[in-house]
Amino acid sequence: MGWFSTNYALLLNGVAMGLLLFMMAVGLTVIFGMLDILNLAHGAFFMVGAYLGYRIAGEATATWGSFALALVTCIAVGAVIGVAFMLMTRPLVARGHMDQALLTLGLALVVSQLLLVVFGKDDHAVAAPGRLSQSVSLFGSAYPAYRLAVIVLGLVVAAGVWLILEKTSAGAIVRATVSDRPMVEACGIDVRTVMTATFAGASALAVVAGLLAGPIQGASSGIGDNTLLLALVVIVIGGLGSVAGTLLGAMIIGLMQSVGVMVAPELASFLTFGAMVLVLAFRPQGLIPARVPVSR
Amino acid sequence: MKWSFAGNRLTPTLTVSAVVVLAILPLVGLSAYNVTILTDFLAYALLAMSINLVAGHAGLLTMAHPAYAGVAAYAVVLLSLHVTQDGVLQLLAALVAGAAAAAATGWITARATKVYFLMLSLAIGEILYVIAVQWRPVTHGSDGLSTYSGMEFFGSGPVVLSGFIYWAALIVFAVLALATVVLTRSPFGSALRGIRDNEARMRSLGYPTARYKYFGWVFSGAVAGGAGWLLVAQQPRLVSPDDMSFQMAGLLLLAVVIGGTGSMWGSCLGAGVLVVMNEVVSQHLNGNGPLVLGIIFVVAVYALPKGIAGIRFRRAERSGGTHTPPGPPEDPTPSGHVEQKREVEAS
Repeated sequence: MGWFSTNYALLLNGVAMGLLLFMMAVGLTVIFGMLDILNLAHGAFFMVGAYLGYRIAGEATATWGSFALALVTCIAVGAVIGVAFMLMTRPLVARGHMDQALLTLGLALVVSQLLLVVFGKDDHAVAAPGRLSQSVSLFGSAYPAYRLAVIVLGLVVAAGVWLILEKTSAGAIVRATVSDRPMVEACGIDVRTVMTATFAGASALAVVAGLLAGPIQGASSGIGDNTLLLALVVIVIGGLGSVAGTLLGAMIIGLMQSVGVMVAPELASFLTFGAMVLVLAFRPQGLIPARVPVSR
Repeated sequence: MKWSFAGNRLTPTLTVSAVVVLAILPLVGLSAYNVTILTDFLAYALLAMSINLVAGHAGLLTMAHPAYAGVAAYAVVLLSLHVTQDGVLQLLAALVAGAAAAAATGWITARATKVYFLMLSLAIGEILYVIAVQWRPVTHGSDGLSTYSGMEFFGSGPVVLSGFIYWAALIVFAVLALATVVLTRSPFGSALRGIRDNEARMRSLGYPTARYKYFGWVFSGAVAGGAGWLLVAQQPRLVSPDDMSFQMAGLLLLAVVIGGTGSMWGSCLGAGVLVVMNEVVSQHLNGNGPLVLGIIFVVAVYALPKGIAGIRFRRAERSGGTHTPPGPPEDPTPSGHVEQKREVEAS
């Protein structure tokens, strides 16, 4: 108990980071499973959220109103970007998945460069709304209230994603499209619309994750790529196409990052790599594989 | 293998003339700064060729190779800072470092294909990048690592004049590029293309496909290591994590694909576009070269399904295809086959 009371902050940081990673990775993995598109622009989406937070919510102080406005803007912008990407991949569908991955790669470069042009190369801070910018007393020491709020919100989002995918008929259609697209089409469902809506939802989640991460990590040019990398590792560890696996993987990587950076900053990235290597070597299908195997 | 890989009869002539022109350039009044940029071009062209070797001929689209080149560049600078100024030893170290980095991470070639492979290679490249940023005691983090000692060749004094370094770089480039092309023309190269097109069939023919892919991967890692040596050949000999970043990996992979996967000439052209945009044109665009480059690449993904190397091929087809196209593509025919095959698979 003594260790816990001195290091609980590390664990909480890890949980907060893991939940943000989950919001990134779950969209990536569902898009990958459904469309066979690896959306390499997902990291750029995350950056968009962070910079929108800096611009709308504010750098030094944010009110609840401005933060809520930023949140709504992020959801709208994310959905619009998702639909736009889906439309842009349409001409390439006949040319295979590689060309679509290359397109998202090119768009990732364009979006992140555009953000640099608009916001400059300096790092920016993003303010937490209202009194969440203060600290609360927890187990006898101070802890940033905002991170607790992120944990709560992250849990709500994770539960929401799980409920929608597993318990609603819309989610059932999404899962069915992942496992057997022709059969869904044969049932008279417009698969294109399902895929566009999924892409929009996944993009909105990534942009919102960027906004929520803003008050913790700030807005800078490198965060998109870094988060994309961690999300990819999460997917490999958890199992492609599996929501539960993604959550588990995100928690593992989040905790490993926050504890590792504190204990051995030089070795933290080796740890990430090591975890991926171990899973690939001994359990290539991931820790919790999807029930319907997704082609790799 | 029913395709002949003799290549175009014009290609050797064209290649030799190109190398001669490149060798003469410093003598005709090119500024030291431009010679440095030209050396950078050689580095990126060689790196693009190493990517093309696995991406075009083995079907393994990679975003890890710039990181291998970066590992080699760090090895060279560390060697210069702590051990020796011998240029040949530094080159050997770069080749070994590139090959070792590829060998240590190359098992992914046996674990995945296609898009999942792209994802794994990106993860490996990014992890090496993060290590370069975070392992400050060795790499000095994002500031990068630099040395000002010139290389010594065969007992010469430290060579610091950019023209002489450029010639040494050109020799290294030519030798490694030739080795890469020879490998693609060899039976081994044909086997790689066979694996790319139909791995199950090659395996049932008795080819140890996993070993072939792994060897091709390690060889291309060594070539990427050579490119890493070229990157830090010119003064100031600086390597920074930016050389291994997601952006660099993405731009290079796109340059290879836009050049035309499978065509080594296309890769050099793609790398040329990259260097010209980033280092020359960018100054006239308020430093927005990478943005314009990204837009060019996005447009090219739509407009050039077979890359620059495919343009001439299509024109020759339209005119009846009786004469050999006068262009540099080594042999567009098989890539044409493959594209059609891939379309069938995708639909």
